[in-house]
Amino acid sequence: MGLLLIISAISMGVLGAGLAVFLAFADKKFQVQEDPRIEAMLGLLPGSNCGGCGYPGCRMLAEKLVSGEAPQNACVAGGMETVAKIAEMLGVEAAEHKRMLAVVLCKGGYAESERRATYRGEATCTAANLTGGDKSCTYGCLGYGECVDACKFDAMAMNSNGLPVVFYDRCVGCGACARACPRDIIEMHPEDHRLFVYCRSRDRGAHAKKVCGVACIACSLCVKDCSVQGGITIKDNLAVVNYSLAPQNDESTRRCPTGCILSGMEEQVTKKNFYASLPRQAG
Amino acid sequence: MKLILIFISASLINNFVLTYFLGICPFLGVSNKTENALNMGLATTFVMTLTAAATWPIYTYLLVKFNVPFLEYVAFIIVIAALVQFVEMYIRKSSPTLYRALGIYLPLITTNCAVLGLALFMVLREYNYIESIIFGFATGVGFTMAILMMSGIREELEFADVPRHFQGISITLIIAGMMALAFMGFAGLIRG
Repeated sequence: MGLLLIISAISMGVLGAGLAVFLAFADKKFQVQEDPRIEAMLGLLPGSNCGGCGYPGCRMLAEKLVSGEAPQNACVAGGMETVAKIAEMLGVEAAEHKRMLAVVLCKGGYAESERRATYRGEATCTAANLTGGDKSCTYGCLGYGECVDACKFDAMAMNSNGLPVVFYDRCVGCGACARACPRDIIEMHPEDHRLFVYCRSRDRGAHAKKVCGVACIACSLCVKDCSVQGGITIKDNLAVVNYSLAPQNDESTRRCPTGCILSGMEEQVTKKNFYASLPRQAG
Repeated sequence: MKLILIFISASLINNFVLTYFLGICPFLGVSNKTENALNMGLATTFVMTLTAAATWPIYTYLLVKFNVPFLEYVAFIIVIAALVQFVEMYIRKSSPTLYRALGIYLPLITTNCAVLGLALFMVLREYNYIESIIFGFATGVGFTMAILMMSGIREELEFADVPRHFQGISITLIIAGMMALAFMGFAGLIRG
């Protein structure tokens, strides 16, 4: 028994040691020279591979950052903190980094919009968009949640009204949802933008109003109410905010008959209060 | 003749994934895209063949000779882990493109029960060296086949209207079960 134990210990020990030596040698022989800064840079990045920077994956961005091809504020997902760390590592001044947010510019959910047909095809926005979708409004949200699927940060969800919601506290501004939306309803805006026209309909006012209760009908009341001349204009039957001019909190939203132009809505939705507002599910 | 028999038996009739339910974790985890599934399958085939080639001498010339065959689990696990590590190093040096494609899958194979199962079956069935290597390769081919078919079905499934409660992993498991059922048909291929 004692002998068996010794043989076992020795044979396994020798096998293990032999393989360890072999691997150590192999490691030396097959060593790949790599800039150690790339690995360190990768540690600073969020590692979510969201593609918001325009490079395929965080590793690629790390390489480009080290070689100086990418600007140091290229990473959108990490926020100011990451940008500061990257700048420190590269030994440059931190460039200004504005937090970007995704904004869903449609409020016409099941309750507000009229349906003209029943869609029975593949349940994705891209497919539904080929047929024009089931809503009478051909500019509005299709409601199949491709943007939610595209979000890698758990910052979006579909609400009970069939519209996507962006969680203000979770959105990092990578823009994946905006790229996923076949109707370009989602736009990326800096955090300090407050005033949005939550409608993309370029239909004439009467038709827009007929098919959706919260459509922009191009009545131009907001244009008149805006305290700065030219801050809001009407283009293609749709109010357009000129962000370099329009004050973000003023009277311009007050008289909107459909309530599609709103100010300061975005920061109200956080992940916590979105799920708290849902009716509790059985089971 | 025996070699062909071993090949067909290991890849089709006794397919590791669909008959023995070994290696289910990558089978379900890495089968959402055909491209990934193929890479995973090829990497596994490669490692399985090497495993068979490396563990057979260790079992025969070390464990049996020193009369400690009960250490096979420990020895095989060490050898497989070291082997995968080595293959990873080698690929990283020789082909960075392949390394990037396989990168995450190689370490996954280390702890794949199909690879350990292969080494244990090989010993249990008393194959000789050539037979072992063929067995290892055939097992890998069987695994690749299963995971490729699974990924093909799952890609089609993306566009299917799956009932809400079956979505995700539950429909995947149902499909795995159906595939296992289909593979039972191969059992009649070789008598005895």
